[in-house]
Amino acid sequence: ILCRCVGEENWVDSRTIYIGHKEPPPGTEAFIQQRFPDNRIVSSKYTFWNFIPKNMFEQFRRVANFYFLIIFLVQLIIDTPTSPVTSGLPLFFVITVTAIKQGYEDWLRHKADNAVNQCSVHVVHHGKVVRKQSRKLRVGDVVLVKEDETFPCDLILLSSSRDDGTCFVTTASLDGESSHKTYYAVQETKAYNTEKEVDTIHATIECEQPQPDLYKFVGRINIYMTNEPVARPLGSENLLLRGATLKNTEYIYAVVIYTGMETKMALNYQSKSQKRSAVEKSMNAYLVVYLCILISKALINTALKYVWQSDPNKDEPFYNQKTEVERQRHLIRAFTDFLAFMVLFNYIIPVSMYVTVEMQKFLGSYFIMWDDEMFDEELGERAVVNTSDLNEELGQVEYVFTDKTGTLTENNMEFIECCVDGHVYVPHAICNGQVMPGAAGMDMIDSSPGPAAREHEELFFRALCLCHTVQVKEEDTVDGIKHGIHQGKSTSFYISSSPDEVALVEGMKRLGFTYLRLKDGQMEILNREDEVEKFELLEVLTFDSVRRRMSIIVKASTGEVYLFCKGADSSIFPRVISGKVDQVRARVEQNAVEGLRTLCVAYRSLSPEQYEEVFQLLNRAKLALQDRDKQLAEAYDLIEKDLILLGATAVEDRLQEKAADTIESLHKAGIKVWVLTGDKMETAAATCYASKLFHRNTQILELTTKRTEEQSLHDVLFELSRTVLRQHGGMTRDTFSELSGDCTDYGLIIDGATLSAVMRPGQEGSNSGNYKEKFLEICRNCSAVLCCRMAPLQKAQIVKLIKASEEHPITLAIGDGANDVSMILEAHVGIGIMGKEGRQAVRNSDYAIPKFKHLKKMLLVHGHYYYIRISELVQYFFYKNVCFIFPQFLYQFFCGFSQQPLYDTAYLTLYNISFTSLPILLYSLIEQHINMDILKKDPCLYRDIAKNSLLRWPTFIYWTVLGVYDAIVMFFGAYFLFDNTTFTSNGQMFGNWTFGTLVFTVLVFTVTFKLALDTHYWTWINHFVIWGSLIFFVVFSLLWGGIIWPFLNYQRMYYVFMQMLSSGPAWLSIILLITASLLPDMVKKVIWRTLWPTTTERIQVGTNACRNRE
Amino acid sequence: MVKQESESANRPDNTAFTQQRLPAWQPILSAGIVIPGFVLIGLAFIGIGVALFVTSRSIQVLELDYTGDSNGSPCSSCSQSVVTNCKCSLNFTLTTLFQGPVFFYYGLSNYFQNYRRYGASKDDNQLYGDLSYFTSPSSSCSPYDYDSSKKPIVPCGSIANSMFNDTFTLTWTVNGTTNNVPLDGKGIAWWTDYNIKYRNPSVTPLKNAFNGTVKPINWAKPAYELDASDPSNNGFVNQDFLVWMRRAALPNFRKLYRRIDASGDYQKGLPAGNYTIDIAYNYPVRAFNGAKKIVFSNVSWMGGRNEFLGIAYLVIGSLCVVMSIVMLIVYAKFKFPDEE
Repeated sequence: ILCRCVGEENWVDSRTIYIGHKEPPPGTEAFIQQRFPDNRIVSSKYTFWNFIPKNMFEQFRRVANFYFLIIFLVQLIIDTPTSPVTSGLPLFFVITVTAIKQGYEDWLRHKADNAVNQCSVHVVHHGKVVRKQSRKLRVGDVVLVKEDETFPCDLILLSSSRDDGTCFVTTASLDGESSHKTYYAVQETKAYNTEKEVDTIHATIECEQPQPDLYKFVGRINIYMTNEPVARPLGSENLLLRGATLKNTEYIYAVVIYTGMETKMALNYQSKSQKRSAVEKSMNAYLVVYLCILISKALINTALKYVWQSDPNKDEPFYNQKTEVERQRHLIRAFTDFLAFMVLFNYIIPVSMYVTVEMQKFLGSYFIMWDDEMFDEELGERAVVNTSDLNEELGQVEYVFTDKTGTLTENNMEFIECCVDGHVYVPHAICNGQVMPGAAGMDMIDSSPGPAAREHEELFFRALCLCHTVQVKEEDTVDGIKHGIHQGKSTSFYISSSPDEVALVEGMKRLGFTYLRLKDGQMEILNREDEVEKFELLEVLTFDSVRRRMSIIVKASTGEVYLFCKGADSSIFPRVISGKVDQVRARVEQNAVEGLRTLCVAYRSLSPEQYEEVFQLLNRAKLALQDRDKQLAEAYDLIEKDLILLGATAVEDRLQEKAADTIESLHKAGIKVWVLTGDKMETAAATCYASKLFHRNTQILELTTKRTEEQSLHDVLFELSRTVLRQHGGMTRDTFSELSGDCTDYGLIIDGATLSAVMRPGQEGSNSGNYKEKFLEICRNCSAVLCCRMAPLQKAQIVKLIKASEEHPITLAIGDGANDVSMILEAHVGIGIMGKEGRQAVRNSDYAIPKFKHLKKMLLVHGHYYYIRISELVQYFFYKNVCFIFPQFLYQFFCGFSQQPLYDTAYLTLYNISFTSLPILLYSLIEQHINMDILKKDPCLYRDIAKNSLLRWPTFIYWTVLGVYDAIVMFFGAYFLFDNTTFTSNGQMFGNWTFGTLVFTVLVFTVTFKLALDTHYWTWINHFVIWGSLIFFVVFSLLWGGIIWPFLNYQRMYYVFMQMLSSGPAWLSIILLITASLLPDMVKKVIWRTLWPTTTERIQVGTNACRNRE
Repeated sequence: MVKQESESANRPDNTAFTQQRLPAWQPILSAGIVIPGFVLIGLAFIGIGVALFVTSRSIQVLELDYTGDSNGSPCSSCSQSVVTNCKCSLNFTLTTLFQGPVFFYYGLSNYFQNYRRYGASKDDNQLYGDLSYFTSPSSSCSPYDYDSSKKPIVPCGSIANSMFNDTFTLTWTVNGTTNNVPLDGKGIAWWTDYNIKYRNPSVTPLKNAFNGTVKPINWAKPAYELDASDPSNNGFVNQDFLVWMRRAALPNFRKLYRRIDASGDYQKGLPAGNYTIDIAYNYPVRAFNGAKKIVFSNVSWMGGRNEFLGIAYLVIGSLCVVMSIVMLIVYAKFKFPDEE
């Protein structure tokens, strides 16, 4: 009974809302009471009660933390050589700091949530406006929102203070578009604009369940005015989103449809998927290796211990008897012994490495934000870091995928010319309303337009004046895109989400036709004779990126109905039935070659019958609840046909400042730059030439629909790959050969249609996979690739394709518009440009920069530095812990595998936390192996670190071997010094703790000096932390051994350090062992630098030479 | 205007630090610096090495094994059986003066004082003179915390229990007369050990502090009677005890037993002549293949004889020089034509 409607399965996903909670008239619909959540926004993760358990759970889900927790628990449970403090204290510290940070952030969220949830809203209740807390709003409530208030939840507009039932809204906080958007009330309800009246509305709304897409909404309102219910479609133009702000409208009445966590804003704030950098992957691989080393060390020692213990005299000599309990459990002993060894050696994987890496990333990212060179005066914006996890990935980029409009170009459109039937009109730079027909006469077919042409000209200008979605904004109160035009005394602006439209409307103004306003459904334009012409706006067939055109249906004052259509040439020409197509096409192509953006304009006269048909078609599509977009698209397709071509326009989008320089630098740095654009091929190619992506001697390979029409895709692909391989085939892929530049550069142009043909899976069986391979092979050998006519999703597809190719290159996507978001999310690093097309790209990016030119410094300087810094950080951390733990491993062979620690507890605990932590942290923050100006001047230095070159296995093995060598030197140096002799002048002997302290002192000095040798940039900070750490170690040791610490139950370190320092040979051996440890690394460095210098090293020497000469 | 201000507010601080342009010293480890550096270091090391080696060579060491493994050796009888109060004596002859000051060590080998459980088996609080730990020693001392009759052992633990208990007297025979060589047992342990780290309870007489406790199982005398000759050298501050309590780092070790008192005939050291060491052989080591020895050694500023340090300095020093030559060859061969 409940679900008796046809297509009931379709209704499962919808909800019914009773406006003002009024039940529908009986018998109309089945009454399905649904439960909706209240309007409480919960962005906080924790509550007061669950914070500790939930936060602990979250933190210990991280493998590293869990590992340290296990170590700590093992230390607590079994009898282990080191006290639980050694691992518990650092872990506690890390966990507490993280918990405090997260707790604080959550507290801020709680505060923000409360502020939002408790702010009051006006609700219409029994014909009266009452105040209610925002969180108590329920679906179906009718609310009153006043000007400049923010909508408390998702609403359907019922009526507004304006007679036409519209209201203006800015969605700046949602998608960053600061332009005012117009929203419409349903015709039937717009009259109910007082609280009394609105309370009498009797209607239900059926709509889909909430979805995160901000721009999509389908629904239907059923109004029970009289006995006959009226159904009207609802679309996103009726839906006011939470977070948007009401502007320029006194008040509105609207009904609540989605509340709380179901609002589109809340649904959109789900976190992005985490990206991981290549360095992090290397680090994890190293960790696994070290874990294996750790386990094998423990296993070896356990096994050897049992071999050792097989002799009872060794196992239990008279001086070291076991307790009864120890004698009994043999099987468990083996296991606990293993665990004890694990605990003894666990410091090889230090907690502090994670903390240091996190701190380095977090603090290091500030240098991007602080960079004054990446501050843009014009926009007043600086670079923004959304994720600091990927800093070092900026130094590893191999492919840059860039958007064209707004990224390479300024997206600051300027109307250049228009062409009507082949006559070219160029407005004067100074707008005086003069028309200059035929200013550049070369393309004119006949210079004296006849009456028919005159008629076309008039229509063309009117078409451009009408066919747009530009709003006129009086006064200067809008942020964002402003275009001042002087209209009488008051200043007004054209505002639109598309800068092209503004440029066109302004261009028209300069050619004598001024668009005034849209009032009461009438569009008013001021023609050349200063007369106001009025057109009744009937329908707007909005722009979308699939159709690539928009249309408008207007009724002139004379009663004629016109459809004006404007769009990309490729989407207009096929629909044109008459007009001077060839002339216009020639002009369009010429303009495109010059890098101008072209649009074609066409029209169609509609008879009243035709219009009626169109109206029905559109209405049907609009009313559809399911697949409305598809039905609308079909309807549009039917309506926009049989067009008569009027002409074309050309708008220039200037290249961004230094775009060409940036692209050239990226090329020199060995980065492949791909331009992905929705623009047409000619325009895009022109931009590419202008931005030096293609050079004059670049051989262009085309993979476009035009070619694949002539030959089969198969043949084209194979031919191209042959061409490319002929050049590269014989050559080994040497990075320097590309520098020499004697080989031909290839540039590839591919369009969206061909790309989807290439990517199409499994059509010809095995061949399709082959296409992808061939395509990739061609791409790999091209220095530049231009992909035009790309849909947003195709952009992401390309990025994915390259990402998944066999070399797994690191990709970077940069763009400014909503259409770039998919590729920004897909690429390893996504960069948003703070452009004119809203903030969506910036919001979804990992980093955001004001201008494209800043990419150069971002990659070549910041990326390079971060990579150098973090790779040293990672390698050094492993190195210093090998040095630290390996002597302890060796010591087991001399203490009967009894798990005797070599170092004192304090040393074990503090080694990674304080003695050796700050120098490497500061190194990894401020090291500059080369001056940043040189890095910028010499982009080829970027190649030196390509392909994760500093974190490859050979380097890692070198560091590890070096660590083992140092450990052996330290341990056996001390061993031979201690072996059976004294080294004091008073004949007294030293004990085991002096032995350990000697090794430890050498260790701390060696690893610190090793870092000092690697430091190329000694600021006072480096001096401070490096020498400061050593001094701290000495002072700490003096203090630690100088006092009987009352809270300790052992005083084994008492005076050990001082006694050691009082002995001359100890000093001598410390010096000797440090030198011996550092010697091979120094020799290796010098020899390598001389024999196989990297470009970086050549430059380093070069600059030094320069500086010395000066 | 408002816009202008907000722009400058958003503008990053233009300081040397934020712009990563702090003044810095930028050294490069190039061959030009490293090679002369290596030569210098190498020469300095060779110099030190020679000095150390020569010094080390001048140090006299006399080692006498008295484990008694082989049948011919003087202490074999003591080592064979479990005889208590076994005495044996060892003879040696000095043809020249053994330069003073001479230190008298005993040495043990294959003896793991660095076992972890062994090392933990003591109670620092007890040894600090805290009487409350006399009656309830720390469990780390187990199995030497209580004796079979559940009486607390003081000092508890394995280290104390296994204290080395061979004693030696040294006699010098010259011209038929036998003289006892005076041995000085003061200052053989660290000063801080017997003054600060270890303390006797402030009870007089000391014996009373030990009421209700028993001596370690292997000990012949209780802690407060370790040194009959000097009452202040008893209890936990007995220096032989302290020497033993400082665990050796490695399984073959020496511990200082006495210093030859530099008085009378021995002012310059041990004069030439025949010497006899009378050993009270108590300490069993054969069960774990250990060895015991007596070592006489004098020291220099660099301690006892240790050729390792001198040789290591020589090796590293020569390596530095060799490496600098290698680097020079490499540098000359590959770098100079490149530089034009």
